[in-house]
Amino acid sequence: MPAHAFFFYIFSLIAIVSAIMVTASKNTVHSVFFLILDFISISCLFILIGAEFLGMIMLIVYVGAVAVLFLFVVMMLNVAQQKNQWFGAASGSRHIPIGMIVSLIIFFELLIVIGGWKLKPDLTNDFINLSTSGVTNTHSIGNVLYTDYIHLFQLSGMILLVAMIGAIVLTFRQRSGLKRQSYISQISREKNDGVELVNVKNKAGVKIDV
Amino acid sequence: MEYLNILFSETYKILFLLLPVLVSVAMIVWLDRRIWAFVQKRKGPNVVGPFGLLQSLADALKYIFKEIIIPASSNKIIFILAPVVTMTLALVAWAVIPFSEDFVLADINVGILYIFAISSLGVYGIIMGGWASNSKYPFLGSIRSAAQMVSYEVSIGVIIINVLLCVGSLNLGDIVLAQEKIWFVVPLFPMFVIFFISALAETNRPPFDLPEAEAELVSGYQTEYSGMMYAMFWLGEYANILLMCALGSILFLGGWLSPLDIFPFTMIPDPLWLIIKILFLFVLFALVKAIVPRYRYDQLMRLGWKVFLPISLIWVVLTSGYLMYFDLLPKN
Repeated sequence: MPAHAFFFYIFSLIAIVSAIMVTASKNTVHSVFFLILDFISISCLFILIGAEFLGMIMLIVYVGAVAVLFLFVVMMLNVAQQKNQWFGAASGSRHIPIGMIVSLIIFFELLIVIGGWKLKPDLTNDFINLSTSGVTNTHSIGNVLYTDYIHLFQLSGMILLVAMIGAIVLTFRQRSGLKRQSYISQISREKNDGVELVNVKNKAGVKIDV
Repeated sequence: MEYLNILFSETYKILFLLLPVLVSVAMIVWLDRRIWAFVQKRKGPNVVGPFGLLQSLADALKYIFKEIIIPASSNKIIFILAPVVTMTLALVAWAVIPFSEDFVLADINVGILYIFAISSLGVYGIIMGGWASNSKYPFLGSIRSAAQMVSYEVSIGVIIINVLLCVGSLNLGDIVLAQEKIWFVVPLFPMFVIFFISALAETNRPPFDLPEAEAELVSGYQTEYSGMMYAMFWLGEYANILLMCALGSILFLGGWLSPLDIFPFTMIPDPLWLIIKILFLFVLFALVKAIVPRYRYDQLMRLGWKVFLPISLIWVVLTSGYLMYFDLLPKN
């Protein structure tokens, strides 16, 4: 299918170029926008191989939520002013060894994944059977995720929950002297709580305790 | 050659969908202003054309001939891109809306997820516009808007899960067909109310129009925009409102189905039913705009996270428990 290949190359080209631009662009906000472009083109690639559920979830989770928070942080901290100096600067050489180590680790991980796939090719047969047997891939993912892999699924959910609570605990600071609004006390306030009628004697005045 | 044929026929179909959407956006702006005026005992736009129907057209002409001003300190590419992104995303989502059983541009399996994804992308137009303007009011407005849209998306997502539990498919056509016996607005009425309010917040409509609260922020992220670029923001906003109305009528009001399957109702063709339902929801939107005062920002956040999210989560548990107990879960 030439049209299919054509779109594949277009989207993968956009993905690779924008991934490079994430690290190469000087302005941090531009980096985040390139990251978003990268996510979108990768979700297009998912849709091209027929995994439309994964593609859409990618869009919703990464582009719709995660990248918005990235943008938030980048804009709020005003790091757009600090120029990104990883490339070209003299001090940039310090980062290169660490980058090399990380990319080597990722490279070996990819090798292991591809090696496992080559060694045991029938591993993916189940998936292929599922996708060609007329069920939509939402159904097939659901059938596998909530039956065979339910424990792993629950476990990953727990890990995310712990991470979320940890982030809240780390950033939570009890501030004193804040005036908080309590909706229940506002609504349940009655006439007697707010107004008191006092009989004032002439020339005696009245003592008000606040 | 074959590709060219497909290309032409698809382009023809897309135009056949997009032109009515754009025209109805213009009409809906007029309707919005008329209803607003009606509630406040004013006349509203009534000069241009019969009943002022051509007012939006005149406005559009005015915007086209106005000068586009790009602030010198703005980030020019992103500044120009922002209204384009807003309007494109608002129009692209219409591709999957089914007007009848076989009258749909793209009948995809994950239609509801597609609409959800596109509407969550809608934040970017606003953030880009606010940031690229390089000015304080737009920036504050866009930050507010982003927080608001992300918060209310969560509760809309959970509400959609409620509907999907009853349907068992992500296809919009299947969702409508599952309502042949009873529209989901009856069994899931609280969810419909929460969906309606969340849709108001998601489209930055009053009483949740904090991103463009004119008393505080001039007009929020649109402050620096002028001419056609402002008009594009505006069109995108109204196209989004229409889309949310369409989504509400598909999820809860039975899409293209007629209320009763008897003679006078079956006379009206299917697409017209959907349009009537969209209009009904839009009139509600417009009435809310005219009647309800604006929320404060902390009240808005509280409503989203502390009221709507727990209620809709509890409703998911109730719905799934009910469906499990009576063995009503959709199977295929």
